[in-house]
Amino acid sequence: MKPIYHIGRYFLLIKRVFSKPENLKVYFNQFLYEVNSLGIGSLGLIAIISIFMGGVITIQSAYNFTSPFIPRYAIGLGTRESIVLEFSPTIVSLILAGKVGSNIASEIGTMRISEQIDALEIMGINSAGYLIRPKILAAMFINPFLITISMFLGVFGGFLFGVFSGACDAEKYIFGIQSFFIPYNIVYALTKTVIFAFIITSVSAYHGYYTSGGALEVGRASTKSVVYNSIIILVTNLIITKLMLV
Amino acid sequence: MIEIKNINKTFGDRHVVKDVSFKFETGKTNLIIGESGCGKTTVLKLMVGLHQIDSGEILYDGDNFAAKKQKEQQEIRKKIGMLFQGGALFDSQTLEENVRFPLDMFTDLSKAEKMDRVNFCLERVQLTGRNKLYPAELSGGMKKRAALARAIANNPSYLFCDEPNSGLDPKTSIVIDELISDITKEYNITTIIVTHDMNSVIQIGENIMFVHKGQNWWTGDKSKILNSDNKELFEFVFASDFMKQFFGK
Ligand SMILES: Nc1ncnc2c1ncn2[C@@H]1O[C@H](COP(=O)(O)OP(=O)(O)O)[C@@H](O)[C@H]1O
Ligand SMILES: [Mg+2]
Repeated sequence: MKPIYHIGRYFLLIKRVFSKPENLKVYFNQFLYEVNSLGIGSLGLIAIISIFMGGVITIQSAYNFTSPFIPRYAIGLGTRESIVLEFSPTIVSLILAGKVGSNIASEIGTMRISEQIDALEIMGINSAGYLIRPKILAAMFINPFLITISMFLGVFGGFLFGVFSGACDAEKYIFGIQSFFIPYNIVYALTKTVIFAFIITSVSAYHGYYTSGGALEVGRASTKSVVYNSIIILVTNLIITKLMLV
Repeated sequence: MIEIKNINKTFGDRHVVKDVSFKFETGKTNLIIGESGCGKTTVLKLMVGLHQIDSGEILYDGDNFAAKKQKEQQEIRKKIGMLFQGGALFDSQTLEENVRFPLDMFTDLSKAEKMDRVNFCLERVQLTGRNKLYPAELSGGMKKRAALARAIANNPSYLFCDEPNSGLDPKTSIVIDELISDITKEYNITTIIVTHDMNSVIQIGENIMFVHKGQNWWTGDKSKILNSDNKELFEFVFASDFMKQFFGK
């Protein structure tokens, strides 16, 4: 019965999150604040991971594509496709689930145990809407930009490490990343991204919002949010891929 | 006036609030007193809807609060100011932003008018000029005072205070008690204070409910409390040797 209880309570929370806001101006400021904190705050991490992963993917492709029947530009092409289809939207989202998700769960959890959420409610404010909605909307808005940047940096990292390590040559790599481009793949990748952004923020907010007890429980909520986020993202990834690519 | 009628609350199999009835009067400092764990905070939280009552009625100037939908309860709550036991200031905001928060949310005041109001409230709780500090930079007493400033920022009609001076030094305690009492008179607020501090009781106890084991055990005011022959109340009031000696009991 436990899972059904949580799913029910999750959707009731989401319903409260998206009920009519008290004051649009305040909410808009919160939204901008979250765009900055959730988005810009993750840029550095994403940049580093993307460049290095792009490099590794390129070197591994070069290592595997030794058959004379596979043209050398396939290395660039393969790197681009891995990054656009899977690495940037899914793996980066999983990393964000760890970084942003645990952050949201512990922030909201701390507000719960120190009665800050009660204080909001007493003022006549819908605390779920005030605290959670700006985070969800901000992530759904900013993550596509983050993921797009990650794609470019991944492909660039492939070029950088591929060429300088001697795994492939510059001209062929550049030819590879420009060939057989399918715009629909970007639609698929960014659709995933937006859905994952919703999952990351709402699931971790749920765990934070229903924390009770003390510091120990806040830590637990934060861990749980990462675990559940990862599982839900992986399953959703499979479903979206089946629906959009098969 | 807020009237509670036969309210009950059970947590699991523990009957924490038993059939409590009381009238909290407007323009007076109404006290809920009793020993730790007797159910004072629970009564307060039931009254503002942070816990749901199992049975009974809660009437805000005749309006049945507990029977209302969430949206309608929110309308009443906009007229409530509450001081939580731990302050419950918003960590991510400065003192000034904390106090301005209800004004930003619910009023159309201009920036300058809001600043005036914020500074006025901070002055009343003796925190003038501390506008830019964060809650983490405040002492326990300052947090309580800041929280009080936030609670009164939007001119509440009802003010709830949970142990406003627990953990404070005697001097600051008196300042806070007097402040709450003054505000109550000045703006004709219905003020409810939960406390177990006998100093406060004697200083500002105009309408007192003594709670014992989740029940309304005794009601009266500060002049009657010292001469009551209620056994449990006597034990509570004269728990300290000082009180016994001072009043010759
Ligand atoms: N949310 C809760 N769940 C279960 N028990 C609670 C809860 N809140 C309070 N209690 C219990 O109710 C009793 C009264 O608590 P409380 O109203 O906080 O006392 P106090 O008079 O010290 O403010 C205590 O025994 C406490 O353990
Ligand atoms: Mg208490």
